[in-house]
Amino acid sequence: MTAMSPVLRVQGLHKSFVMHAQGHLALPVLRDVALDVSPGECLALVGPSGAGKSTLLRSLYGNYRPQGGSIRVRHRADWVELVGAEPRVTLDVRRHTMGFVSQFLRVIPRVATVDVVAEPMLRRGVSPEEARRRAEFLLHLLGIPERLWQLPPATFSGGEQQRVNIARSLIADYPVLLLDEPTASLDTANRDGVIDLIRDRREAGAAIVGIFHDVAVRDVLATRLHPVELPGAPQ
Amino acid sequence: MTAPILSAKGVTKRFGSRVACRGVSFDLWPGEVLGIVGESGSGKTTLLNCLAGRLIPDEGHVAYETASVGTVDVHQLSEARRRLLARTEWGFVHQDAREGLRMGASAGANIGERLMAIGARHYGEIRGTASDWLSRVEIDLDRLDDRPTAYSGGMRQRLQIARNLVSEPRLVFMDEPTGGLDVSVQARLLDLLRGLVDSFHLSAVLVTHDLGVARLLTHRLMVMQGGEVVEAGLTDQVLDDPQHAYTQMLVASILPV
Repeated sequence: MTAMSPVLRVQGLHKSFVMHAQGHLALPVLRDVALDVSPGECLALVGPSGAGKSTLLRSLYGNYRPQGGSIRVRHRADWVELVGAEPRVTLDVRRHTMGFVSQFLRVIPRVATVDVVAEPMLRRGVSPEEARRRAEFLLHLLGIPERLWQLPPATFSGGEQQRVNIARSLIADYPVLLLDEPTASLDTANRDGVIDLIRDRREAGAAIVGIFHDVAVRDVLATRLHPVELPGAPQ
Repeated sequence: MTAPILSAKGVTKRFGSRVACRGVSFDLWPGEVLGIVGESGSGKTTLLNCLAGRLIPDEGHVAYETASVGTVDVHQLSEARRRLLARTEWGFVHQDAREGLRMGASAGANIGERLMAIGARHYGEIRGTASDWLSRVEIDLDRLDDRPTAYSGGMRQRLQIARNLVSEPRLVFMDEPTGGLDVSVQARLLDLLRGLVDSFHLSAVLVTHDLGVARLLTHRLMVMQGGEVVEAGLTDQVLDDPQHAYTQMLVASILPV
């Protein structure tokens, strides 16, 4: 197997939070972070709670705004810089290149589960029928009973909402995937289904960065570990 | 990508010695929904009115990329041209539906006269399109001939949205479109607006003080305080990683449910 060249390159990344209500308290979280991820790799961020794993992942998605450094992603056959990018650039990267599985589903009131899942495909210009067909396939694969598909997910259990969230986040074949505890609130059977789905994506060539609290899940999915620690923390 | 559909440069508006908005600049790209958030009195509505040509700014200018005749300076247009643009390529959704509707005309006429303004003449077709839009905004068809005075607040607001979108505008200005409505009515309206923005590839500027509404409907945010934009960015960036002291205070003040 030949080594693939990276599709995500991070260099010298800095991120602090400044809390103005607490006397402008500055909290440095990321200092000089560097990493590369290539297609078919799954990089697991490891480190104690509060070390900045989620901050790093959210910065990669353009959700948090780093003060310095570079996050470059291969997008539509070009390299795009995400640090300081214009909103429409970040949105286009999210629509076509980068998917994010968060721990929680941000519920849109009154929208049916199947439509919640199908939405990212519609935004890419896929026909409603095709988007719906794919949404139903994923919901079925993730064990969401068909009688729930037309209901809004607001009243579902935590595990069901998590699986709806995963279906929504994985419906498009993003070349880069960011996963924040994708199996956090799932039982064993459902966890295994999610693991299979993510492993399939990795083997199909997705470049993945993830936080996996569950060591068994991490062992199955990760091809490499990336330690994360707060600036100034003891080695 | 092409050109911004709306471009504001250094827009400043004073009322006497009071500055309502100062030095506001931004580009709005096709398909984008820009939210303007901030507390009452922060200059949001004044800015919106300047953008839509309803107020003349003291400084700065606003350029609009028309469908057919290139870029125009919104404030250099004659009143007749501006009104034509407002009826054909733009929509304006007021917080108070009474300002955006003709209260003495039937619901059907409120929708139909927009179609006539863009050249529709066939009565049956106009009535058909009006009925279609009424059902799209979830108003029973047997209310087509009622006047909006007989409608509830939520229905009036949905009718106003139908009146604004029936002519398939390219750019819609919205001033607190869900303000003053029950939360259940608000959720339906938000859901409706989201769907319409997506399916018509609308560009929109939305003024709201409700960060939840902003999260659901907008791609980008500008945060205004005392007439100035203190922070701007992707909606989730501004709400999840607020940088400015005022934005941090706004985000921290959201009541949990």
